[in-house]
Amino acid sequence: MPIISTAGLARTFTTRSGPVEAVRGIDLTVRSGEILGLLGPNGAGKTTTLRMLTTLLPPTGGAATVAGHDLLRDPAAVRRRIGYVAQSGGLDPQETVRSELVTQGRLYGMNRARATARAEELADDLGLTELLDRRTPALSGGQRRRLDLAMGLTHRPEILFLDEPTTGLDPGSRTDLWALVRRLRDEHGTTVVLTTHYLDEADSLADRLVVVDNGTVVAEDSPAGLKAAHGAASLQDAFLAVTGRGPAPVDTTPVAV
Amino acid sequence: MLLHDTALLFDRYARQTLRSPFQIFFGALMPLLYLLLFGPLLTGLPLGTEGDSWQILVPGLLLQLGLFGASFAGFSIIMEKNWGVFDRMRVTPVSRLALLLGRVLRDAALFVFQAALLVLIALPMGLRAPLAGILIGFGFVALLSVALASLSYALALKLRTPQEFGPAINTLAMPAMLLSGLMLPMTLAPGWLDALSRLMPFRHLVDAVREAYVGHYTTPTLLYGVLVALGVAALAVTVGTRTFQKAIA
Ligand SMILES: Nc1ncnc2c1ncn2[C@@H]1O[C@H](COP(=O)(O)OP(=O)(O)OP(=O)(O)O)[C@@H](O)[C@H]1O
Ligand SMILES: [Mg+2]
Repeated sequence: MPIISTAGLARTFTTRSGPVEAVRGIDLTVRSGEILGLLGPNGAGKTTTLRMLTTLLPPTGGAATVAGHDLLRDPAAVRRRIGYVAQSGGLDPQETVRSELVTQGRLYGMNRARATARAEELADDLGLTELLDRRTPALSGGQRRRLDLAMGLTHRPEILFLDEPTTGLDPGSRTDLWALVRRLRDEHGTTVVLTTHYLDEADSLADRLVVVDNGTVVAEDSPAGLKAAHGAASLQDAFLAVTGRGPAPVDTTPVAV
Repeated sequence: MLLHDTALLFDRYARQTLRSPFQIFFGALMPLLYLLLFGPLLTGLPLGTEGDSWQILVPGLLLQLGLFGASFAGFSIIMEKNWGVFDRMRVTPVSRLALLLGRVLRDAALFVFQAALLVLIALPMGLRAPLAGILIGFGFVALLSVALASLSYALALKLRTPQEFGPAINTLAMPAMLLSGLMLPMTLAPGWLDALSRLMPFRHLVDAVREAYVGHYTTPTLLYGVLVALGVAALAVTVGTRTFQKAIA
């Protein structure tokens, strides 16, 4: 019984210059407890897909079940079971780290005491304890990202959607985040769907990879399977082969720079 | 759920407002300038109404404060959208209606506070009005704020380009102010303008507050003002709620 399944999930944006088919029908199944890596070039439709699965954006086609609930019929039930960290975060510059964490807990229905305790626990887990009383604009990019992440974890969601969670993190924080994601899965059985442009990250963290390009799934396999299928030594080469953006043929004419 | 969430968000927004004295006092500045620099011009003029010029002008300024303050309220949601805060809240199970009401109630509280400030300053300048009338005036400011802020948030959600928001609001608010006789009573107007202004809901609100300021609480004008204010507020909150629920389903 998959924890996420979609059938023909699609989204077309209407813009002044005509329709933009951001997602053209994605069929996806994710097993409970799986770490799924969603890969794809810029503009492939990864964020749009996550925004649909997290109830933020109504699909223009298709259907999906998330954590046992129909996305369109019961979005409220879906919301209670998922956590989402957006690509560009979501911090209010007028608030402190502590108040953001506490508010998040209370938005998920915790009382003040529980939300406060949970805020401290999360700060401890993500190395934010020293920063609790700082306003969010006074955080570094990586600290801000860790706070975004803490907010997504507040209610211990069954499914965690992370949109480029490690962009802007230093190597140490990135390794910490990988460890955190593995621990969530191992200790709590959390299902994690994450997008990334770092193929080493996809390689070491994800159980399975789904590559999207132009709004459709173009490949789907384990990191090892994907490499094998394309006779590629690295995931990088496999990715380039799958998305048709193979290494440029060696050109003999000198390039003007 | 709705009550809990509304209280929670009201608390968050009220704290944000309290941290910003600029936001608290700046909104009162324009009506205050009218009070100080325009009010004295009217004291000797025949305005063709019962009560002295302060009893005419102050009700108008109170509603002007609500009109301009609340109709620009939508800016805050445009900011929240840009910061990603709006989506971050939308992805939680928080009540959709609370996302609207928490803000709208904060706005109503802010504008009633500013209205009280304005009345306090008007007293030494010569305003005399019964306490009940003054309180009724605050009630109208609250209703007007709720109505306009709801519409403003709905509009801010609908607009694709935030740059359109300011000009759109100005274009709507200026004629609304002029046509409702906020500065000078419409009794001075020629017949066509008076007739036209009766189509403007705010006209009935300001007339009602002026009645209350001269101590008439049981007249048709006041009753009519109350009905129009309640009607407009109910309609606006409905539109706001629909827009919120649809735009953020
Ligand atoms: N609100 C919108 N209106 C119109 N087009 C949009 C909108 N949002 C996204 N798009 C378009 O949809 C396509 C997919 O965008 P999306 O953000 O899902 O890509 P992505 O895979 O997340 O890319 P990246 O790796 O750069 O984050 C892009 O072509 C984008 O320009
Ligand atoms: Mg993206």
